[in-house]
Amino acid sequence: MPAEPAGAPAEARSIVQALRMALIEEMERDPSVFLLGEDIAVFGGAYRVTEGLLARFGESRVRDTPISEAAIVGAAVGAAMTGLRPVVEIQFNDFLACAMDQIVNQAAKMRFMMGGQVTVPLVIRAPVGATGRAAQHSQSLEAWFMHAPGLKVAFPSTPYDAKGLLKSAIRDDNPVMFFEHKLLYGGSSPGGKAKTAVDGLGEAFRPAPAGEYVVPFGVADVKRPGRDVTVVATGLMVHKALAAAAALAAEGIEVEVIDPRTLVPLDRAAIVASVRKTGRLVVVSEDVLTCGVASEIAALAAEEALWSLDAPVVRVSVPDTPIPFAPNNEAAVIPQEQTIVRAVRSVLP
Amino acid sequence: MLLIRRFEEKLYHLFSTRDMPGSMHQYNGQEAVAAGVCAHLSRTDYITSNHRGHGHCIAKGADLRAVMAEMFAKSTGCCRGMGGSMHIADFGVGMLGANGIVAAGVPIAAGAGITCQVRGKGQVSVAFFGDGAVNEGAFHEAVNLASVWQLPVLFVCENNLYGFSTHYRRTMRITDIADRAAAYGIPGAVVDGMDVEAVYEAAGAAIRRARGGGGPTLIECKTYRFMGHSRFEPSSYRTREELEEWKAKDPLTRFAESLRRDFSVPEAEIGRVGEEVAQEIEDAVRFAEQSPDPAPDDWRRYIYAG
Repeated sequence: MPAEPAGAPAEARSIVQALRMALIEEMERDPSVFLLGEDIAVFGGAYRVTEGLLARFGESRVRDTPISEAAIVGAAVGAAMTGLRPVVEIQFNDFLACAMDQIVNQAAKMRFMMGGQVTVPLVIRAPVGATGRAAQHSQSLEAWFMHAPGLKVAFPSTPYDAKGLLKSAIRDDNPVMFFEHKLLYGGSSPGGKAKTAVDGLGEAFRPAPAGEYVVPFGVADVKRPGRDVTVVATGLMVHKALAAAAALAAEGIEVEVIDPRTLVPLDRAAIVASVRKTGRLVVVSEDVLTCGVASEIAALAAEEALWSLDAPVVRVSVPDTPIPFAPNNEAAVIPQEQTIVRAVRSVLP
Repeated sequence: MLLIRRFEEKLYHLFSTRDMPGSMHQYNGQEAVAAGVCAHLSRTDYITSNHRGHGHCIAKGADLRAVMAEMFAKSTGCCRGMGGSMHIADFGVGMLGANGIVAAGVPIAAGAGITCQVRGKGQVSVAFFGDGAVNEGAFHEAVNLASVWQLPVLFVCENNLYGFSTHYRRTMRITDIADRAAAYGIPGAVVDGMDVEAVYEAAGAAIRRARGGGGPTLIECKTYRFMGHSRFEPSSYRTREELEEWKAKDPLTRFAESLRRDFSVPEAEIGRVGEEVAQEIEDAVRFAEQSPDPAPDDWRRYIYAG
């Protein structure tokens, strides 16, 4: 198997390629970095992120595991506490539920409980998003981990950010939950049927160049500047928000789209500054509404920018429901471009 | 063993006579396990522990002053007062922590085993856990993982018969937990956990095998806790007869007899060790008492690294 099945690209135009590029660069830079997860070595990963890495780095650094999420994460915690830098792949973020103790009670709190004696430099990568696979393979669970102090939470929306954030995550001395949207991977699914939203995203889906750069945590990116309404969005929702912004621009409504890129730490200053400028805030995320990502950002606006607001904050998230299987039902609960357009209109006079 | 016993007795006295913070799970009766296993380990080897972790911590060579100060929630505690009894840890000697979640330390020990394996310097990792832990998924997943990767890990089950109040025979239909080793394709051994020499022998064989690349072993130490499950818990589920029967097997008494009988250690020498231990305990208590509390906002310092 060639080290790079698609040939070593000068730039990564998909998130799958960008993540693989980040892994290769970091594994070459630091021999303590290793990978573990289900089907990541021989098969190359359910979404092909680790394709070719077994041949390149060997079995000790690219480890296929049993289907044992608690042991995968637990072993990664133990390895991280003793000097290695594990990068775990959990096949679907829904399966994180099987490893919750090790993530929330162990990885997140270990340094704290032990009075700063130890660091836990651990990355857990996990795909999120609804892609027609019903309620146990479609969730977006990033908000769960915003509620566990000690964890950091990253969620890139472009190849450029994916590579730069993953490199930052691997170098971080804290446990990082790293969420990847399936429809933004730009690769093929396990069945081979490519289901992707990346075609037609255009310049907003910024490629990742080869070579060294990092995207720091806690620095939001203004994906589109605008004066009328602030839309904060994450993951795939960034691109839906950009599409909505383009449609609204035709009516003379200028939407500013902010991608926090990391939810922990959250670039509170960037969001507050934008809301102070526009006076209007819509938050779009693919997790469920209650206690979700959008709730936290709405609370931030209420606490720090209330007197700048000219309209109530609107949250656009999945209603409080499991993700349904039927495609028309799934589409109805996931925020769509038109949902965002309506939400933006609702906060305008 | 004696240091652990006196430490626990002192703690019981402190909790009985003063307003000590939190709770604790005491190790009295099980000392032979921690001492017999850790006698084979150096500070570059790793251990993980459970909620009953004082003995493991002391046997691994943790600084007794810092351990005692942690019991007092002082800023000089090994966890700076942020962990307490259930999270006692000393990374300087490879003690990766007691743990408040049953079986959670087992996969962590497997992970430390990855580090040992990758480094290739003959280090080993040991997980201490109770009979209650072997019905947790984390135990099964971790032992299997260690087996598949032939990690240098020793899994030490301290079967003290009760998971809190429930006798282990009411939670599994096997007599010997070591039988479960066969399911993962690794050696298993049953050991008299009240006999430090027996524990030492069995652990030595397993640790030598692990250091040599022979993979993990599961050792079940049959033992008993002389105290309640947690602070002042009255153990109404156990009979006085059962307790007395096990106290007759006290590992400290047995080992002292062995020292006199088999090794001709003079009485004065045994007495001298007792005095040294007593002094060490009193010194640790004094240190803890004289240490400052953490600042009220010290919690801010440890949430994130960097």
